[in-house]
Amino acid sequence: MNLLARIRKSKQAKGLLLFILMVALVGIFAPFIAPNDPYETNLIMKFKPFSAAFPLGTDHLGRCILSRLIYGIRPTLFLSLLTMLGTIFLGAFMGIMAGYFKGWVDEVIMRIVDVMLSFPSQIMIFAVIALFGVNMINVILANVFIKWAWYARMIRTKVLQYREKDYILYSKCVGSSGGYILRKHLIPNISAELVVLATLDIGWAIINISTLSFLGLGVQAPMPEWGAMLSEAKNVMMTNPVQMFAPGIAIILMVSAFNMLGDVMRDVLDPKEVFE
Amino acid sequence: MEALYFNGGLMSFYIIRRTMISVLLILVVTFVCFVFINLIPSDPAEVVLRVRQTPVVTETAIAEIRAELGLDDPYLVRYFRWLKDCIQLDFGVSYVNPTRTVIGEFARTLPATVTLALSSLLIVILVSIPTGFFCAVYKDSWFDKMARVFVFSTTSMPAYLVGLILMWFLSYKLKWLPTSGSGSFKNLIMPSITVAMTYISTYIRLIRTNMLENMKEDYVAYAKVRGLKPWRISVLHILRNSLQSCIVAIGMSIPQLISGTIVVENVFAWPGIGKLCIESIFNRDYPMIQLYILFIGILFVVFNLIFDIIQHVADPRVRSLS
Repeated sequence: MNLLARIRKSKQAKGLLLFILMVALVGIFAPFIAPNDPYETNLIMKFKPFSAAFPLGTDHLGRCILSRLIYGIRPTLFLSLLTMLGTIFLGAFMGIMAGYFKGWVDEVIMRIVDVMLSFPSQIMIFAVIALFGVNMINVILANVFIKWAWYARMIRTKVLQYREKDYILYSKCVGSSGGYILRKHLIPNISAELVVLATLDIGWAIINISTLSFLGLGVQAPMPEWGAMLSEAKNVMMTNPVQMFAPGIAIILMVSAFNMLGDVMRDVLDPKEVFE
Repeated sequence: MEALYFNGGLMSFYIIRRTMISVLLILVVTFVCFVFINLIPSDPAEVVLRVRQTPVVTETAIAEIRAELGLDDPYLVRYFRWLKDCIQLDFGVSYVNPTRTVIGEFARTLPATVTLALSSLLIVILVSIPTGFFCAVYKDSWFDKMARVFVFSTTSMPAYLVGLILMWFLSYKLKWLPTSGSGSFKNLIMPSITVAMTYISTYIRLIRTNMLENMKEDYVAYAKVRGLKPWRISVLHILRNSLQSCIVAIGMSIPQLISGTIVVENVFAWPGIGKLCIESIFNRDYPMIQLYILFIGILFVVFNLIFDIIQHVADPRVRSLS
């Protein structure tokens, strides 16, 4: 694919992708990499400084911080990826339906999108969670629920642009079916831009999920998650401020990596903007 | 065509049309809030009995309450009855503490949130406009580059993390400010900076690009030809023109600023509506959450309307577009 070939030429994009891939691998193979059990509490060992057994020290229950950090990759990274996949899927489906079929389908979908976009997004997340209760599935649902409308609108505009292009009109002339045009012509064209937008939004999803966990509305207590770890660290800030560094830096690095990758990919994809 | 836009007839037509759409949107917001409270898993009649501390909940008691509250009426009838109550500012009592009305609790905590939002707005304006201005005037200087690093790093940080870092630095290291709570001016400083931080970077970027775009315009070249001093052109011509769209953008983001306090209030234990909302989510105090959503939703619609009209009146270019 065109986008992949272009990314391969950019050193920055390759470096960032490598970093994200490595973090993801560490998350996947957490049980083999983490030095200790992230759930094992030991009150005698609480607030221990850096040591060989606990490379980043221990928290207020004597749990290994490095192990919790490594296990914390799973909810932080994979939940946000899942959120974006859900958003793109729903948004793309609605957007393509609206743009391709036009008429009343378009009218209905776009009015729903208008209403969705006129609501403050942050508040909708809290409303969904308040309504359906606090758990991880609802966090993902809430995030997808507030974000799909943006994608639907963007993708619809793109579909409207492409559907009048000569090669699609030609394809229609020779009798290609709607599904074939969608698969072979529309989706490949839109997907590159979609990937860039989604990459930029993964950072947003990580921030959202960790914020909810920080407030106690996301990933629940014993499970390691960076936002939840920061919330625990906040309680002991006056006595043990070191506690917040590891999860704090982890979040900043992860979000920056995705934001930078999104920026780099946008530049790679659209050389016009670079020279602006 | 141009003359039509200046005779005022089209203008007031636009304002009336825009206002009517907003009224419709507010109705949609209220309907969503009504649906919200009706989606909750518990039976409202049972809740009322619990609130009134009825010792034994029987089938007949529930049926009586259902009749009393009109819960057996059609959906739309109940919606309009609820809407009438809302207009009279009657949002019922708290599920958790029946001695307190929802509107009373809300009115008690609202001033704290408004104070926080206003002081953050002040910081946003005071910091982002001069910074954006100097970034554009001295483009690619070390100041511009520093600002760009700042903008990038703050967009990668969740608000609560900014709050924690400030807390660690100002309260723990320097011992200048109290960590949390409210009451004095010192308590207000850290939460305001935290709320402002997210928006500062957005507006630095906005003003910078806006000014750079304006610099390419013909009127700037003309001003240079006239021999005006560079600082005069930057401030009186370019900045003035850029500010217009920025003020509209900042105005439209005021409701976002208010809803953005929800996280920060919880970090710093600031007793505003955001903290009330999170507490209500934990306590499943649905009428409270409902009023919060209703309030923010209406605020969004109203502020969008006001600043849309202001922009329309102030900027003829927008007028000819619509």
